[in-house]
Amino acid sequence: MNAEPSRALLAPLLLALALCASAPARAAGFAGLGDDALGFAEPTPGHALVFPRDHGAHPEFRIEWWYLTANLTDESGNAYGAQWTLFRHARAPRDGDGWDDPQAFVAHAAVTTQTLHLFAETRARGGVGQAGVEAAPFRAFIDNWSFSATEPNLSGGEITAAAPRFRYSLRLSAEKPLALHGEAGYSRKSESGQASYYYSQPFFSVAGALAVDGVERKVTGRAWMDHEWSSRPLAADQKGWDWFSLHLDNGAELMLFRLRSDTSLPFLSGSYIAADGATRALARDDIVLEPLEQSLVSGRLLPIRWRVQVKSLRLDIDAKPLNSQSFMSTGVGYFEGPVSFVGSQSGKGYLEMTGY
Amino acid sequence: MRQFLYALATLASHWRRRPGQFAALFTGLAVATALWSGVAALNDQARRSYDHAAGALGVGAAPSLVAASGGFFAQDAFLAFRRAGWKVSPVIEGPIRLGDKAYRLLGVEPLTLPKIARDKMPEGETLDDFLGPPGRALVAPQTLRALGLAEGATPALGDAEHLPPLAIEKDLAPGTIVVDIGVAQRLLHRPGRLSRLLLAEQPARDAPSLETIGGDALRRVEADDAPELAKLTESFHLNLTAFGLLAYVVGLFIAHASFGLAFEQRLPIIRTLRAIGVSLRALAFALVAELMLLATLAGAAGMVGGYLIAAALLPDIAASLEGLYGAELDGALGLTPGWWASGVGMALIGATIAAASGLVKTLRLPVLAIAQPFAWREAQRLWLLRQGALAALALAGAAAALLFGEGLEAGFVSMAGLLLGAALALPLPLAAALRLGEKRARGPLAKWFFADALQQLPGLSLALMALLLALSTNIGVGSMVEGFRRTFAQWLDQRLVAEIYFEASSEAQARAIETWLAAREDVAAVLPLCKARTTLRSSPVASSWPVEIVGAPPHETFSAHFPLLEARADAWGRVARGDGALISEQLARRLRLALGSTLDIPTPTGNWGVEIVGVYPDYGAAKGQMRVDHAALAARWPDARRLDYMLRARPEDAPAVMHALQTQFGAGVARIIDQASLKQRSTTIFERTFAVTAALDALTLVVSAIALFASLTTLAAARVAQLAPLWAVGVSRRSLSWLEFARVTLFAAATALVSVPLGLALAYDLVAIVNVRAFGWRLPFHVFPSQWLEVFALALLTAALASLMPIRRLARVAPASLLAVFANER
Repeated sequence: MNAEPSRALLAPLLLALALCASAPARAAGFAGLGDDALGFAEPTPGHALVFPRDHGAHPEFRIEWWYLTANLTDESGNAYGAQWTLFRHARAPRDGDGWDDPQAFVAHAAVTTQTLHLFAETRARGGVGQAGVEAAPFRAFIDNWSFSATEPNLSGGEITAAAPRFRYSLRLSAEKPLALHGEAGYSRKSESGQASYYYSQPFFSVAGALAVDGVERKVTGRAWMDHEWSSRPLAADQKGWDWFSLHLDNGAELMLFRLRSDTSLPFLSGSYIAADGATRALARDDIVLEPLEQSLVSGRLLPIRWRVQVKSLRLDIDAKPLNSQSFMSTGVGYFEGPVSFVGSQSGKGYLEMTGY
Repeated sequence: MRQFLYALATLASHWRRRPGQFAALFTGLAVATALWSGVAALNDQARRSYDHAAGALGVGAAPSLVAASGGFFAQDAFLAFRRAGWKVSPVIEGPIRLGDKAYRLLGVEPLTLPKIARDKMPEGETLDDFLGPPGRALVAPQTLRALGLAEGATPALGDAEHLPPLAIEKDLAPGTIVVDIGVAQRLLHRPGRLSRLLLAEQPARDAPSLETIGGDALRRVEADDAPELAKLTESFHLNLTAFGLLAYVVGLFIAHASFGLAFEQRLPIIRTLRAIGVSLRALAFALVAELMLLATLAGAAGMVGGYLIAAALLPDIAASLEGLYGAELDGALGLTPGWWASGVGMALIGATIAAASGLVKTLRLPVLAIAQPFAWREAQRLWLLRQGALAALALAGAAAALLFGEGLEAGFVSMAGLLLGAALALPLPLAAALRLGEKRARGPLAKWFFADALQQLPGLSLALMALLLALSTNIGVGSMVEGFRRTFAQWLDQRLVAEIYFEASSEAQARAIETWLAAREDVAAVLPLCKARTTLRSSPVASSWPVEIVGAPPHETFSAHFPLLEARADAWGRVARGDGALISEQLARRLRLALGSTLDIPTPTGNWGVEIVGVYPDYGAAKGQMRVDHAALAARWPDARRLDYMLRARPEDAPAVMHALQTQFGAGVARIIDQASLKQRSTTIFERTFAVTAALDALTLVVSAIALFASLTTLAAARVAQLAPLWAVGVSRRSLSWLEFARVTLFAAATALVSVPLGLALAYDLVAIVNVRAFGWRLPFHVFPSQWLEVFALALLTAALASLMPIRRLARVAPASLLAVFANER
């Protein structure tokens, strides 16, 4: 029971909906995520991830994304959230020259404050140099947004994005190793065989500048990076999910999710990454995610306060968003915003909710 | 309310007693509306097509960046702007040929398109189909029909290339084919090249500036700039509008004449109504309601007529717009609510104008005033004075427009002033001639004839004015068209000297064909043409103008035959050296360039300074054109189109060469035509352009004949009272009929005489002012006396036909009716 759909669900959803004006009617599962992966590669158990090669793109897989969320504080103690995401979607399992390249990219960037949630979306075709991902040195870019590493093991780097009302430029550094989810990075998504390759760098410390409406502030904080790729990560009945990435004040990291099905009980899973970097998968019955409070966000009723428990860790916390209106109205909307929590542990993190 | 209804019913009963008058009024209003709304429908249709073409997938609907020098630019610019934070979307467009028709191939990148355009792109899974492989070629349903193909077909583009499977996108402009940018670059043989960058969003305030990123290679074009086609065809549509307006005015003359008579004849009814206590307000309401009802009915009928006229003229208009400007019109007439509203509005306004004076006169009538239907006689001197004053005013307006005005509008204003002034002044010489006749006449019958004609003048003057307008327009437009036809034919003879013209389907084919032709002994010369487009600005005028630049090699074909209006002695030598250029007459006028002017032509490789060494007439296209040396152009425009060829051969060898070319290269030769067929085709386009003018001209004449007929019919009924005394003193009905006929014919002949000088003035205005301002070319002014005779005969025929029925009725009027005149109390 250590399946981890995590953001695997989100990426194709966004791609399918950002690339197309409406979800294809014949698509199975959620926004086509259950579609056959004919011709595309499938993740296999026992396959060892090799770095820095696997930081780069995997065009033989249908979908892939590089995802970074940061919890930041300025010099006056005000809290911020920052998001940087690049999704890749392939029409065919190959590279190509120029406009014939079947790879397409969509990127989202956002900045959240207590009262504002600003976001931007941009899209690109692969093959012509408007967007792409290089493995070593690592560089993911689209237009004037980029995520580049200074070290081959992703221990240092920089992330930048600019939109009409905000821009940021953040330096990243991490002294701890990457966390491989599931079985050494092979992350099962369902009983019927869906899976992805999935690893994170949850230990980034961040320093840089963030400007909102022309006012620039120096910020510091912690960031979580995900890289995941697959071809068919979702079962047909899975309609949405609630996902947490949490930085505990004791230095440990926690990733949890609840996958909602319209035919069976919710599917729960996660990873605990100790302060020394050791990763442990969490079993389904070890986790309790309980909505405490609902709120109307962008016309939808969303659970915005959560009670989160991990029995084996004796963890019992109460998490709430910095800004309950952290809604990404890009294509199909989803909630992506910074949270803080108190209880048996305190700390900060990010909450993502889709399919409401 | 009841009073109002009774008043309305009483007034309306007049029309039952005079159905002819009602028919004339109704026809006048309906015809005026029909001609006006027909022209409006055509203009609307064209304007929609241009907007459609410009707005195809937001290209033109969004502000964009284009090469400052015109033409293509490297795709790197797209990346440079995206990396600088500018949300631009790449577009490439160019002509392609399917069969023997040209289409506009538009390559877009759907992921970065501005939202307005993205909404028109395929949705859902079909986006993947569009991106391909093999991709999709989106076309309007009309284009698919015109191609005679079904969705999914992949028509061949000359050599080995095929369009992706065709798919219908109903919002596209006809003639446009939309494919993915990569497909378009391949089909246009322009890998890595773009024609414009659409701005999907305004760049952020802190984003680098246009100049910082792209230097001066690209310039910004705003979305609200009029589309190029609209700009080019503006004059053409103004011409149409002017004709529509002229026809409308002639229609109003009829309505005015009928209304005037109706009001006169209804004075006794109105007097009676007022005397029995109908209030002035109820009467006014009834009169206005009657007017509005009539106008709405006639307007509706006119709209139907307008639709029929537009539908009949649309193919000719579409053909000439395509031939002259390359603008493609949707073949099916679409009618907008705005068009209906404007048509009915014009009918209401027309009816109000036509009825205003009669209405005011009626309402001011004192209750007990004695109706004097023919009191006009006493007021005639005053009336003539007023006509004269108005005419002088109109003529002064015409002169002012001519002296101080600029542009095509001023040209039309002067023309309208001239026509109106002349029409208003027409009764003056007629009255003078009749007075003279009266004075000189011997014998009572002759004296009566002139005196009576003089008295008839005001009643007929409106119809005669309409006839004058129609006749002089006929002469003016006839001379202009005929003059143009001769000039055009002569120009074609001089311009088309090569025996064969053809177009290669691709650059590779072009090179292969060139080599193959060079080896043939029956081909005397292969003259390749090189074409590029740019936008020229010149300092005397602030505006810019799209220009086609044609490069031709130095050859006797051009230097000995190419028709020039004026040129330096060494013009062809200067062109061959690469520092001289020939410009078309319309470009010279538009940019105010003359022989010896210097010009900086923006090219992709920097500005190119040339001197104007010659000006040539170009009646084939309204777009500006410039001719330079082939090698000089090719060196400066690496992307220039090099597919067009002219071949010199002995005329008897031409068919064999054409056949051999087609056999050898098949679809590699996209379009091939011999001299005679090309002349034939050009002449056809010319004829179709003026077919519209001729049709409107003929309709105007028909309208004026109706006007004359209407006036004569209404007058005839009232004539009995005046003719009865003559009959009583012994003049036979037959003689009376002949006198009546002679009078009408004399009036028509006099009008025709006046129409000749007026028509010539109009022709001069058209040739020297309107044409120059509309198309940019000045034609020689020709005079065609045989046309005048035709018009004279036409006028007499019109008058004879119009007077036939009333006069026949008079000849057969029962003596009892004539006697009754003396019994009547009038």
